[in-house]
Parts: sequence; C-alpha cells; structure tokens
Amino acid sequence: MFYGTELTSRLMLGTAQYPSPQVLRDAIAASGAEVITVSLRREGREGGAFREILKDSGCRLLPNTAGCHSAREAVTTAQMARELFGTDWIKLEVIGHADTLQPDPFALVEAAHILCAEGFEVFPYTTEDLILGEKLIEAGCRVLMPWGAPIGSGQGLSNRSGLARMRAHFPDVPLVIDAGIGAPSQAAEAMEMGFDAVLLNTAVASARNPVAMARAFGQAVEAGLAAHEAGLMPRRDMARASTPVFGMAELAG
Amino acid sequence: MRIELNGARVETGAITLAELVAERGFPETAVATALDGAFVPRGARADTALAEGARVEVLTPMQGG
Repeated sequence: MFYGTELTSRLMLGTAQYPSPQVLRDAIAASGAEVITVSLRREGREGGAFREILKDSGCRLLPNTAGCHSAREAVTTAQMARELFGTDWIKLEVIGHADTLQPDPFALVEAAHILCAEGFEVFPYTTEDLILGEKLIEAGCRVLMPWGAPIGSGQGLSNRSGLARMRAHFPDVPLVIDAGIGAPSQAAEAMEMGFDAVLLNTAVASARNPVAMARAFGQAVEAGLAAHEAGLMPRRDMARASTPVFGMAELAG
Repeated sequence: MRIELNGARVETGAITLAELVAERGFPETAVATALDGAFVPRGARADTALAEGARVEVLTPMQGG
C-alpha cells in the first residue's frame, strides 16, 4: 500500500514539540501509530536518548526534509537521512512560503525527480492541486500527501471539496492528509472521505494531555476508516422519516 | 585551518572530514555529514579533504513532524 508496506494503523505521528521524552514515548504507544516522522538537525547532546526512543517504539521511521526551501537542500537532507535512518522513505517538504509553510510546487517536483531516480520512496508534502499531483507521480512518487490546512494551524480540511476532487482523481494512489489536522473529528472526516492515512503532530503534542489525545486520534482514524469501508449513506437536502408509516394508528380527531 | 562547523567558525587540525568527526568527538555512525552543501557518505569521509573556509554540517536524528 505505502511502497509495498501494509499498515494496520492509518495514523502517522510526528515526534516534535512534546513536553518530555517520556510523554513522547507514551504518546506513540497510545496512538497505535506504526509510522513516526523524524528529522535531522545539528548534533546536540540529547541525540542518544532520542535514538533510544525511536528504537524502542518499534515504528517504521519516515524522515522529513522540514525547513528546506530549495530542491538542493531537500535532496542533500534526504541523502543524509537515508544513511542515518537506514530507510529509503522520505517525507519530502520543500517550503515556499514562511507564513503558510505552503510547498513550493516547482522545487518539490524537481527534488522528487532527483530522489525517485536515486531510489528513494518519496512521500511528497503537497497541496490538493491535481496537476501538481500528476507531475509528482510522473516524477516517480507512488504516494501523495496533500495538506489539510497550513502546518500547525489545526484548521482541519480547509478545502474539503478540493480534497474530495483529489481523492476522486487519484483513485489508486495512496493519499495521506498531512498537516493542519487539529481535532480527532477532522482526522475521522479525512478517513471517511477515503483518504488512506492521516499524518499529524501538533494536535497531539500540544494537547493538555498528549497521551490521551494520541489515543483519541488513533480511535478516530480507526473509526473513520471503518466508516469509509462500511459505506456512508448519501446526503439529502430534505428529511426522510426513518420510522415506517405503515401500520400507524389514526389518532387525529 | 579555519572552517565552519554547524554554523560556527572553528580552528581544526583535521585534514579530512573523517578526522574532523573524530577530533570533535561526534559518534561516527550516529551522524550524517555534508560538505559545502553536498552529502558525504560515511565511507567517503576519510577521502574527503577539507579546505580553508569549508562549510561542514554534522547532523543527527532529531524530533520532527
């Protein structure tokens, strides 16, 4: 499903901004996530403890290129991440705007071309733009990760109809809603719409109780997936009584 | 020679990237390296010479979203 990897849990969890390493550890476990995102930064003193958490989690790692603003930076970061984390998976982020953290679509496609040619399995952080999605697939991407809303904004699916069109346009491409999810209900909504997974970080890490929130998101994603598979009823504009009229008593005077 | 290591100017006696990693006490297998913006694989560090003003990045796993 995701480059040949089947996932039971469709929640992917970020590892940043937690109040403590222990809370991070417990949140990963409570979420049920099988994929966690990680990053690369200049060598500090606490690197060893974090490596332990990653190992103990048993999760598959999805390194990101967060903070990169050019294709070259992103490619170099991806190459460093592959050696360090021992995986071909890379969450490709090439940021185009400082306020919205919107992807730079042109640099994103350029970097995706280079990385796919080098054997990376690229998870591009993209928008709901259909043509951009096509170009990423032409570049060799076999997963797309459209944003729900700007990173860390908690707004949910801010262009729901655009995302629905994207889902319909790429029926066979695994699509992951990445960024902007603030509440479990929004994650469930994405899954009900047929998205294959949800990736989030801030909504869990900045909750008053991150571990409980991680569990809530895990349950919401599971419920949303089950609902999608069960088949949602069509929406109607007018009411339709659910209790049968047949056999009703005549009581009106 | 003077180089830039993770954004800080440092004076080093190291001639190669491998020597620099050892000199600074970085855990050799737990870091990834880049020279002047290009990735240098672990196996190539010993053959990668440093020049005056070289920009070296030594990165490690960190929390990310």
